[in-house]
Amino acid sequence: MERNKLSWLTLFIGPSALWLLLLFVLPMGAMALFTFRAGSFGAEREVFTLEHYRDFLSQHSYHLLLWRSTWMSLWVAVLSIVLSYPVAHYLVFRAGDRRILYLLILMVPGWISFLLRIFAWKVILGSGGALNSLLLWSGLIHEATPILLYSPLAVVVVLVYVWIPFAALPIFASLQRIDNSLLEAAADLGSPQWETFLRVVLPLSMPGVGAAFFLVFIPTLGEYVTPLLVGGVNGIMYGNVIQSQFSRALNWPLGSLLSLVMLVVVLPIMLLFNRLIKLEEIVEI
Amino acid sequence: MAARARFSLSPFYFFLLNAFLYLPLLLLVIFSFNDSTSLVFPLRGFTLQWYRDLMQTPELIESVVNSLLLAVGSGLAATVLGTLAAIGLVRFRFAGRGLFLSITAMPLVIPSVVLAVALLIGLIQLNVPLSLWTVGLGHVVISLPVVVMIVAARLVGISATLEEAAMDLGTTFWGAQWRVTLPLAMPAIVAGFLNAFTTSFDEFALAFFLIGRQPTLPIYLYSQLRFPSRLPLVVAVAALIIAGSVLLIIFTEWLRRWGSEE
Repeated sequence: MERNKLSWLTLFIGPSALWLLLLFVLPMGAMALFTFRAGSFGAEREVFTLEHYRDFLSQHSYHLLLWRSTWMSLWVAVLSIVLSYPVAHYLVFRAGDRRILYLLILMVPGWISFLLRIFAWKVILGSGGALNSLLLWSGLIHEATPILLYSPLAVVVVLVYVWIPFAALPIFASLQRIDNSLLEAAADLGSPQWETFLRVVLPLSMPGVGAAFFLVFIPTLGEYVTPLLVGGVNGIMYGNVIQSQFSRALNWPLGSLLSLVMLVVVLPIMLLFNRLIKLEEIVEI
Repeated sequence: MAARARFSLSPFYFFLLNAFLYLPLLLLVIFSFNDSTSLVFPLRGFTLQWYRDLMQTPELIESVVNSLLLAVGSGLAATVLGTLAAIGLVRFRFAGRGLFLSITAMPLVIPSVVLAVALLIGLIQLNVPLSLWTVGLGHVVISLPVVVMIVAARLVGISATLEEAAMDLGTTFWGAQWRVTLPLAMPAIVAGFLNAFTTSFDEFALAFFLIGRQPTLPIYLYSQLRFPSRLPLVVAVAALIIAGSVLLIIFTEWLRRWGSEE
């Protein structure tokens, strides 16, 4: 029987375990080793060096960019949560039978192509763009200027737009799980609504808020597509310097190192995420 | 009860937030019918010109075919791997289960650029040429967690006693999986596939690093953004994708919720 269990287990877990080992875990190792190579191609690739580490440590622009990306991601995560929490609360406690339908309405934009959603904002914000032409046409402004576009603020706004549905989902799930009798008990004991919210609902929804935070904060830290489209020179993030090592600079070892640094920053946060958040918070409704 | 009757701002806020989410998309759809090459107000008039142009752009059609192949292939692979893993996770307690769960969940949040660099370096060192295949390998990694979660959530709801009953009635463990568990979990499995399909079809950040000479649709669209004259074309494709996504999402959710309620 034990032997049987083992073979079933190999059949069920084996394939995905192998896939993740070969295409997720081992490539991370390969990336870490590549940081010691002198160049991207040919003979240079065979030379071992610490040059890129020295480079990284001495270049303050990398550190500043990493710091700024962290701040931007924090803003994005906090704003998406603050904007979506009231909606999740409304859906769970006020929307009644329609909650699932309303949640679906809120989620639909989230599942539409990420690239196109950012592109939509480029169309809106550009100097020849929709918002500008609308304002010109209506006489509110008199000459075309790119509003908001090509700044860190534009990147934050667009990312908040992108993430709102995904932040709402785990908050919704955790609010949904709150036992109604707790709310009734609080009301019976004479607690006013705001106090019930602060002392019962909010603390019990913290797992969902936490899940939303991690779900938004971690991927945003490494963002490069949004800054590429709406960030301009001033709005670049840490992910952009990684990407440019592979497109323009063709310095793969340095790109690997920059990416490894990101992994080292993100890994403890991901482990914390694993510790604190049950995956059910994210999918199960 | 008095609190219930009190005027509430929440429905209004719900409406406002949705307006914020939908207006940019709606704008793309409106502009896709606008008879002008620049995306500005006032609108010029109604045209289907851009949609007609789509059909006459072979590179676009090619990229759509590439994306469809990629999304179906990686979606199927992620669904098979993810469903098996979900059964294993729900039905067995084994050493290393926690570790396996943690690693499976990681691609869900890890910044795409890190995964992209790691895969690129790994594949290049093994001398694997970049192609749709290499993008597909990466897409399975990022789709896997969602499939596992969707299917596992459904399996938890299917009582293991049903399997035991089937086995008491003389079928093997494998027979019970095949004849009892799989059919009951089917709506979730299909939903998992559709989820993986959409993820792959829309994915840009990984593909940008791992693609060879055959562009996917997002990669093609991105390359067209440099040419102002191509903008209406991109907008028309966007409008089609938006319409298609909405239909697919409604179908997926129907499977995931209402389809599994019987």
